[in-house]
Amino acid sequence: MIAATSPVQRPRGAKLLVVRADGELVHAPRSSFVEFLNRGDLVIANDAATLPASLHGVHLPSGGAIEVRLAGYAAGSRADAPRFVAIVFGAGDFRTRTEDRPLPPALAADDRLALGSLVATVDTLLDHPRLVSLHFEGRSSEVWAGLARHGRPIQYAHLAEPLAMWDVWTPMASVPVAFEPPSAGFALDWAALRALRDRWIAFATLTHAASISSTGDPELDRRLPFDEPYEIPRATAAAIRRAKARGGRVVAVGTTVVRALEHAARRRGGIRAGRGVATGRLGPSTCLRVVDAILSGTHEPDSSHYQLLRAFADDDTLARASAALEAGGYLTHEFGDSMLVERTRPACADAPACYWLSNSPTTLPSVSATRA
Amino acid sequence: MPRRDVYDRVMDTFNRFDGVRVAITGGTSGLGLALVDELHRLGARVAFVARTAERVNHVAREHPGAAGIVGDVSRKDDIYPIALQVTGNLGGLDVLVNNASSLGAVPLAPLADTDCEALELALATNLFGPFRLTKALLGALASSARQGRGGVVVNISSDAAVNAYPQWGAYGASKAALAHLTRIWNEELAGEGIHLISFDPGDMDTPLHALAIPDADPAALKRPETSARELVDVIAAALARETAQVVT
Repeated sequence: MIAATSPVQRPRGAKLLVVRADGELVHAPRSSFVEFLNRGDLVIANDAATLPASLHGVHLPSGGAIEVRLAGYAAGSRADAPRFVAIVFGAGDFRTRTEDRPLPPALAADDRLALGSLVATVDTLLDHPRLVSLHFEGRSSEVWAGLARHGRPIQYAHLAEPLAMWDVWTPMASVPVAFEPPSAGFALDWAALRALRDRWIAFATLTHAASISSTGDPELDRRLPFDEPYEIPRATAAAIRRAKARGGRVVAVGTTVVRALEHAARRRGGIRAGRGVATGRLGPSTCLRVVDAILSGTHEPDSSHYQLLRAFADDDTLARASAALEAGGYLTHEFGDSMLVERTRPACADAPACYWLSNSPTTLPSVSATRA
Repeated sequence: MPRRDVYDRVMDTFNRFDGVRVAITGGTSGLGLALVDELHRLGARVAFVARTAERVNHVAREHPGAAGIVGDVSRKDDIYPIALQVTGNLGGLDVLVNNASSLGAVPLAPLADTDCEALELALATNLFGPFRLTKALLGALASSARQGRGGVVVNISSDAAVNAYPQWGAYGASKAALAHLTRIWNEELAGEGIHLISFDPGDMDTPLHALAIPDADPAALKRPETSARELVDVIAAALARETAQVVT
């Protein structure tokens, strides 16, 4: 597929490939997304705002130029004292393909990195010359000020012009915890929310700290996505129970929403409100308990996003969809076209409809906690 | 006022603002500073914005826990850095008060003697600034509203937005535009549970007023603390209405 090279969230001609539950493929304008939903469905988006997570500066021990890309939250990170997993590149910027970027100077624990007005200290090396965990010095408000002044959105060589913050915040962007935009949400604007409401389709959000999507290094890319903290509001968990009880579908906007919801529902008792950390990858061996359909970007078969789609549809259907995307000239990457994939594979046997009808654990069928 | 009433009012208001996340622009002088004082005292989590780093740091030191943000709402490139720091420091947002204002022309001048640049400055600060910042923070406000915490935007207005006072052309036109924008946006966002409110604080003894009318008698002007308390009641009522709707 061809990469979308201009940072327009909702281009007029955006396309949508619908993969129906019966395997039928439908081509449509993306603006008609809502027409493929039913009264009673529940659309759930990720309202994470995107951090300006690319920081240029100097590796102080060597004086070498570096670019630090904050990539995820490290274990033990707290809201008031965040610790980050970071990818470190040598000299250069996004205009060079990540595959071609030089390694940074040799990094060691306790190395200090000057990044604009910010100073970061390397906590640990993470088994790769580019990968470290780090924290910033100073009070929380100073770190936010430094990020706001000096940070830039992470971007890749397929976009020629530097991205601005307004290019990467979805209309629903709320708390800045994502390292790259939950870009499936670009498709939704406020008029779309209104259209959902007018058709008795519910809308809710969760917050999922989407980690970096690509590093340019095959070994690191195999470790993606990193562990991702998420928070599911009580109102959202309640909306899911109501939707399931009335026979509506849960439609996830983006892979991050699927990750959060399926992680939160991995144990008996249905969906849990509150915080969690989504680990592992979803793929062909995952059985979905919550999500019935996904609105997503278009993904190449070698990506982790594509692997997640295999939880929704069998390989034959996805292969036909990929061929249709290719033949239809669909654009890929974060500003590209979209697909709506309805679940063709059966849901978890331990998640029948009645599972959702009660909040009382005593009436639930006995389920074993299967990990995705 | 009888002492008991004062006590009830304080306790009532206190409970309504405990943990409520509020951002205030123009927060280091006049009405904005009085609002920071009052809301901080009532237990709100406050982020405030102003242009001068020294003033921001000074006010932040006097309000432990409040986040001071240096930025100019009239500058397009400052808006997202401000929004990032507001939601980053507060972990979301329940109430936005667009208070920062510019007279445009100083000293005040008839429109025929007003430079185009002065009108542009008034519009940039009083109209585009609130529009851009509200738009950037709308996701956070809507998220708060969906969770039953409210979602309130207050745009500070003026009687100059309604009445045709000679010499107040740049300011009055910009505030009139802001008031109309507020009404339309409030209609459009009702379904999201977000309220936009215009609030006219009256003629107050503030630096902005002194710039406009240097020889005004301060004793004849309203104290900004009085207007701040009135506005806090308006915000509390809007939050209560919204959270009540979500519960039912």
